[in-house]
Amino acid sequence: MTIMHNTIYRRRRLINAFNLTMSTLAMLFGLFWLGWILFTLFSNGLAAISLATFTQNTPGPDSTGGGLLNAIVGSLLMALTGTLIGTPIGILAGIYLAEYGQRGWLAPTARFINDILLSAPSIVIGLFVWIAYIQYVGHFSGWAGSFALALLVIPVVLRTTENMLRLVPHSMREAAYALGAPRWKVVLAVTLRASKAGVITGILLAVSRISGETAPLLFTALNNQFFSANMNQPMANLPVTIFKFAMSPYENWISLAWAGALIVTMAVLILNIIARSLLKKEHG
Amino acid sequence: MSAPARPTYSHLADILFFNLTRSAALLVLVLLTAIIASLVHGSWDSISHFGFRFLFSSSWDPVASTFGAWRPIQGTLITSFIALLIGVPISFGIALFLTELSPLWLRRPLGIAIELLAGIPSIIYGIWGLFVVAPILMEGKRLEGLGITIPAIQPWLTEVTSGIPIIGHLFDGPPFGIGMFTAGLILAIMVIPYIASVMRDVFEVVPPMLKESAYGLGATTWEVVWNVVLPYTRTGVVGGIMLGLGRALGETMAVTFVIGNSYDAIDSLFHPGNSIASILANEFAEASDALHYGALIEMGLILFLITFVVLACSKLLLLRLQKGEGSNA
Repeated sequence: MTIMHNTIYRRRRLINAFNLTMSTLAMLFGLFWLGWILFTLFSNGLAAISLATFTQNTPGPDSTGGGLLNAIVGSLLMALTGTLIGTPIGILAGIYLAEYGQRGWLAPTARFINDILLSAPSIVIGLFVWIAYIQYVGHFSGWAGSFALALLVIPVVLRTTENMLRLVPHSMREAAYALGAPRWKVVLAVTLRASKAGVITGILLAVSRISGETAPLLFTALNNQFFSANMNQPMANLPVTIFKFAMSPYENWISLAWAGALIVTMAVLILNIIARSLLKKEHG
Repeated sequence: MSAPARPTYSHLADILFFNLTRSAALLVLVLLTAIIASLVHGSWDSISHFGFRFLFSSSWDPVASTFGAWRPIQGTLITSFIALLIGVPISFGIALFLTELSPLWLRRPLGIAIELLAGIPSIIYGIWGLFVVAPILMEGKRLEGLGITIPAIQPWLTEVTSGIPIIGHLFDGPPFGIGMFTAGLILAIMVIPYIASVMRDVFEVVPPMLKESAYGLGATTWEVVWNVVLPYTRTGVVGGIMLGLGRALGETMAVTFVIGNSYDAIDSLFHPGNSIASILANEFAEASDALHYGALIEMGLILFLITFVVLACSKLLLLRLQKGEGSNA
């Protein structure tokens, strides 16, 4: 009984209760923003979205109607090419780091640099592609946009591939070696296959990251008001269209920007959730 | 028994495969070198023309061809600082909740929810910040359905802080809605998931024995976190904060939407400003001449070098924690 009346004890309990309450509030605070952003997106986006959003091209300034077809197609094309270019490089480098990286300087250095590139400002990647590519060909293009996106895919895929390969038990590799399999076959047919779900998760996370990226496309793919599937020309894409339309004074454009924002976010979040559930099934 | 042809073929394939993966790993290093080299090359006009003056000059006038990076550098640092000031305590609270307070069945879904916050593209934060957050900061909002009125935050801050020496000055000035303060606030929300998930991960590596010893001595949950968990994971926590800082410094679209794009001298946090990334987003596609391009690329170079150093520190700190973990085991 006496201990309950001890002031030091009471103060400690009070501090504890206060801080833990603050911690719970911080958690709610985080969830609150997520809920608020999603709520705003749905209420504004659903009001603006219609069938025409998916069947018509972006309208001119100060007009009515129109949709986002060219931007959606452009985004899909560039995300697809970017992923196709970046994924093999990321997977191969990830294999090197996990399977051959026990000795030597290359693997730790590459791992370190890769982790930095993972968080490096994406607008600098856009600058790099502009200097190294656009400046020489002399025009903005879908290819340039894809290259920029590919450079963002590599670090994500590399990291997940390496992590997933490391989870494969050594006994599996040893069993394969004992059967006389050469190293490349062990890697491709045993370890990579065993971590297939994890590697696919990495690819999906990379796709989800690049589908919303705007900064690296601003001065590589630029944008295009018209429908074009020509990768050698400036190419319409959702993020830059959202940027341009949202910053404009035209009501129709702003409402299309909300529709685009909803589409992009849904794509990104759904990819994210699929990726995570895939991983959970494998390792859960 | 003659040796079959297969072993040599396999051996060749092995060498080929090894070198293929090795060159992919080398490509990562080449990429970094190429980025830095091309940025230096692209900004050479500006570097040789302005020298070190470029960093500390605050005039930016494409017509007169005078360029200085001080204002955007200042804006980048101020907004990132605000982001950390708000984001770090919240992230700590979230990590604490996820590791010590949350019931087990809630941990995973809550963790995913916070990570989804990181998945939302930055342009979404931008459009939401511009159309939803900025007006509320400026003039408040009446929620008719709920019967609640959200007060106008900026005028309120100006009022409460007026009279306090330095702080009052920071929150002085007309409430535009957009500006440095709003950019910092949005950035804070964007860095929370990164910092919080690093903190959660490092909190989880604290050996249960240490925590249980403290609990056994009668420590409260808070005392365990503050006196055992936090000292044990200090390097990791700082690493996580640096990671958040690296993200905040280079964040482009969200900031571009809400910072206000102005080169004026900054006399209050409510004033519209500029960051390195927002200037690049706004001006690069329409730069006027070679020197203008050079100056913009040099700002990209500065941004890349700053974030590189910050992220490298973050990575080194996290690696140190991992090593310590090994030696304790």
